[in-house]
Amino acid sequence: MREVISTGNELAAKAAVEAGARFFAGYPITPSSEVMHESSDLLPEVGGTCIQMEDEIAGISAALGASMTGVKSFTATSGPGISLKAEQIGLGFIAEIPLVIINVMRGGPSTGLPTRVSQADIGQAQYPTHGDYASITLCAGSLTECYTQTVRGFNLAETYMTPVFVLLDETIGHMHGKADLPDLEEIEASIVNRATFDGPIADYRPYDVPMNKPAVLNPMFKGYRFHVTGLHHGPTGFPTEDAQQCEFNIERLTGKINTVALENDGLDDLPDYEEYMLDDAEVCLIAYGSIGLGAYEAVQKLRAEGIKAGLFRPIMIWPSPAKKLQEIGARFKDKIFVTELNMGQYSREIERVIKRDDFTTLLKANGRPIAPAEMVAKVKEML
Amino acid sequence: MAFNYDDYLRVEKMPTLWCWGCGDGVILKATIRAIKKMGWNMDDVCVISGIGCSGRFSSYIDCNTIHTTHGRTVAYATGVKLVNPDKHVIVVAGDGDGLAIGGNHTIHGCRRNIDLNFILINNFIYGLTNSQTSPTTPQGMWTVSQKNGNIDPTFDACALAIGAGASFVARESMLDPKKLEKVLVKGFEHKGFSFFDIMSNCHINLGRKNKMLSAMDNLKWIDSITMPLKKWEALSKEEQLNVFPTGVLRQVEQDEYCDMYAKIIAAAQGKGPKITQDDFAKKI
Repeated sequence: MREVISTGNELAAKAAVEAGARFFAGYPITPSSEVMHESSDLLPEVGGTCIQMEDEIAGISAALGASMTGVKSFTATSGPGISLKAEQIGLGFIAEIPLVIINVMRGGPSTGLPTRVSQADIGQAQYPTHGDYASITLCAGSLTECYTQTVRGFNLAETYMTPVFVLLDETIGHMHGKADLPDLEEIEASIVNRATFDGPIADYRPYDVPMNKPAVLNPMFKGYRFHVTGLHHGPTGFPTEDAQQCEFNIERLTGKINTVALENDGLDDLPDYEEYMLDDAEVCLIAYGSIGLGAYEAVQKLRAEGIKAGLFRPIMIWPSPAKKLQEIGARFKDKIFVTELNMGQYSREIERVIKRDDFTTLLKANGRPIAPAEMVAKVKEML
Repeated sequence: MAFNYDDYLRVEKMPTLWCWGCGDGVILKATIRAIKKMGWNMDDVCVISGIGCSGRFSSYIDCNTIHTTHGRTVAYATGVKLVNPDKHVIVVAGDGDGLAIGGNHTIHGCRRNIDLNFILINNFIYGLTNSQTSPTTPQGMWTVSQKNGNIDPTFDACALAIGAGASFVARESMLDPKKLEKVLVKGFEHKGFSFFDIMSNCHINLGRKNKMLSAMDNLKWIDSITMPLKKWEALSKEEQLNVFPTGVLRQVEQDEYCDMYAKIIAAAQGKGPKITQDDFAKKI
């Protein structure tokens, strides 16, 4: 275990470099800029490159370009930047290019509240761009998780050959404090690198993979020449409009994440959520990101008042931990309390999964956090 | 001995999607010949294209190829090149791709002077989407989005590239493939951002509605609006307005971006000095 005093944004950059990233391209935007600042220090030290591009679109484009050649890459931004990057994120989905996108969430829509916290990009992370695809989205709920979930983001991106969102929010991104980080050896042992094809060059067909499996994209400039396109493509990667092929593509792109997560109860062996004092609980609070931090205290306060509360804190936002949410729905019935910094973007997912809407919510979208006392008062009102 | 283009093409992708008589094929051939002259191994070459007729360029040439989104070619190429500074990166974009939707990336690619070879296939129109005005469509011409005549001032692509700081800027047309090949070789040899404004025909979507009914008519028009730089310089200011100079318009030695970044890495690793203002001739 390593004790580090740092901020969420800087820990995300540190995690990226320690996860093997060697390229960052981005554009300044509050409250995520420190990810770039830190990357500009850390990357050249390990022979990597950090470039501030001319705009948000160029930032993700350069990062995708570098990743296409086989170099682990990332970018960081906030909501408006994701809106600008949306088209390239789509290319990342269809061409199956691994990329980590760190979104330090701020208030929206539009320029919104640049310096204030929100969790209003939960929906955007699920469907950031046009078309059909499935998104992987992780949400950091502590300084330590700014690090661990970013490492995990890279491993998922390389495993599933897709862009992965790591959501921080303004509070956690700018929070300064102590984080316990896993030892570097432990991180290095966990690193996943994208699969490669080592057979005869003539047999290489990057997108010739079965249903629900990711493409196999070799590093460029090694003799395995291939074509990457944002158009629908066949097994060799060249454009096609064949109806059967296009249908297969979309089923595979969504299935390689959604179906796999359902069948395997997650996308990796790491926890998709955290439970806090849930074992004997009679009331279940659900909160994530920086709001989860306040929710721990709310649980403690409720317990001090004799109310058996517990917390369910999702980490893997998309695809959502559906099986566990269903369990919670069945167990707690209407004694569920969801709190988030938006108008109910994750509440709607809970409603979809547990198929009931009789739970209580405490929602805020004014750029201010939610104090534990507010949660306590609302839970008591609900009971 | 006849030049064997098949060695450089994905022959199974032929015939191309381009219209009969399209200049894109001529430019593809000249590019291949220039690559051959350079002696580049196709495993070390990456061709990156955008959206439009020129976007298909990357499908046909047998190397590492990337067909990106509309206008973002230079940005993708910047990522490719920065992590592979010893490889050869060729960007192919149309006039809409490179000067309209992607204008910002063109400007900043030139400014950084990163060692990319940017081939702008300039056919003065949006061809693939059927005749909308492009930044290079001459004023007064008919387009499907300006049926009473284009009033938008015409972009001089090379003036933009020179202004933005590209260290190699050339203009040619597809009328003379040998000349085109030569200028491509010069640019490929040059270290830094090489910008080629290659004028080409689109008799289908520009010509037919603008009194150039055949490919030949369109080519004759290109011939009439281009002139070697030396001759062009002898023209009066008034005459110069309606003719584009061809040939190498600018070639200067200038710090290349990947080289500069290597110095950043050296400094960060304690193997070289930090970069200061003293390292640059131009201080402001």
